[in-house]
Amino acid sequence: MKISIRRVDQATILDVSGNIDMSNSPEVRKALLREIRENSVSRVVLNLTGVAYIDSSGVASLVEGLKASRESGTRLILFGLSDSPREVLKISRLVKLFEIYDDEQQAMASPTPSN
Amino acid sequence: MKPLAASKSRGVKRSSKSSEMARDFLLKLELRSHPNLLCVVRGAMEPLMDTLGFSAEECRAIIRGVDEAVSNIMRHSYHGRLDQPIEIYCSRLHRGVNSESEQGVEIVLFDCGPAVDPTKLTARPLDEIRPGGLGLHIIRGSMDTVEYKRAGRLNRLRLVKFAGPCGSPSKPVQEKPS
Repeated sequence: MKISIRRVDQATILDVSGNIDMSNSPEVRKALLREIRENSVSRVVLNLTGVAYIDSSGVASLVEGLKASRESGTRLILFGLSDSPREVLKISRLVKLFEIYDDEQQAMASPTPSN
Repeated sequence: MKPLAASKSRGVKRSSKSSEMARDFLLKLELRSHPNLLCVVRGAMEPLMDTLGFSAEECRAIIRGVDEAVSNIMRHSYHGRLDQPIEIYCSRLHRGVNSESEQGVEIVLFDCGPAVDPTKLTARPLDEIRPGGLGLHIIRGSMDTVEYKRAGRLNRLRLVKFAGPCGSPSKPVQEKPS
């Protein structure tokens, strides 16, 4: 699993590739929380195009990121979910909690949701 | 590595009710409780389930169920120790339902961790937005049958999936106890 980080305008994009499971989900958690808590960006965008599998520990990392983003007023956005990651979020009934878009263009162009 | 569960789930067993349920042993995996081996388990399951004729969606569900079950053993039964034994037995299941035959797979996992308190095998409520505690829910949401029992000094977790609508409610499985 690899994570690379890009800065685009006021956003940070984390490009993740490989499978996320118990062996490496702490790396995802660490990178996500660092970007949310330490860098003053308006949105943190997680590119999951290259991720074929996420287990419950990976989902837990995303939930931690979501909670941290709500605390810091940062938007956490996911895009590029393939079937398996989307299914695990559905089973966990979390799919509606996240902002999810099909691709990077949509994720970057998306307006801030009104509360 | 000394086998944990000799003869369990091996060979071909048939119920006393003619051809209602048959089990054909397919594959045994023995591994240590190291998280780096989770990808190996998934990698073994994928082509096997494909060979058995499951749909892509069903294959993903089975892989997810087995992966979460092994992760749970590593995390909760062995508390993160990396060198403990885990055994996984895969068998093809056939069952007759209303004169039609259904194909499925049975996956039985053994570990030698301490006995699990069955009252703690409950998935947490999903309306709580918090990390953790999702593994059991994901296993149950992915498989048709999830059964735990203590077998001597071993924990035995049995997972069953039949070809059919993914996420369908558990179907009754008629079989003679082995």
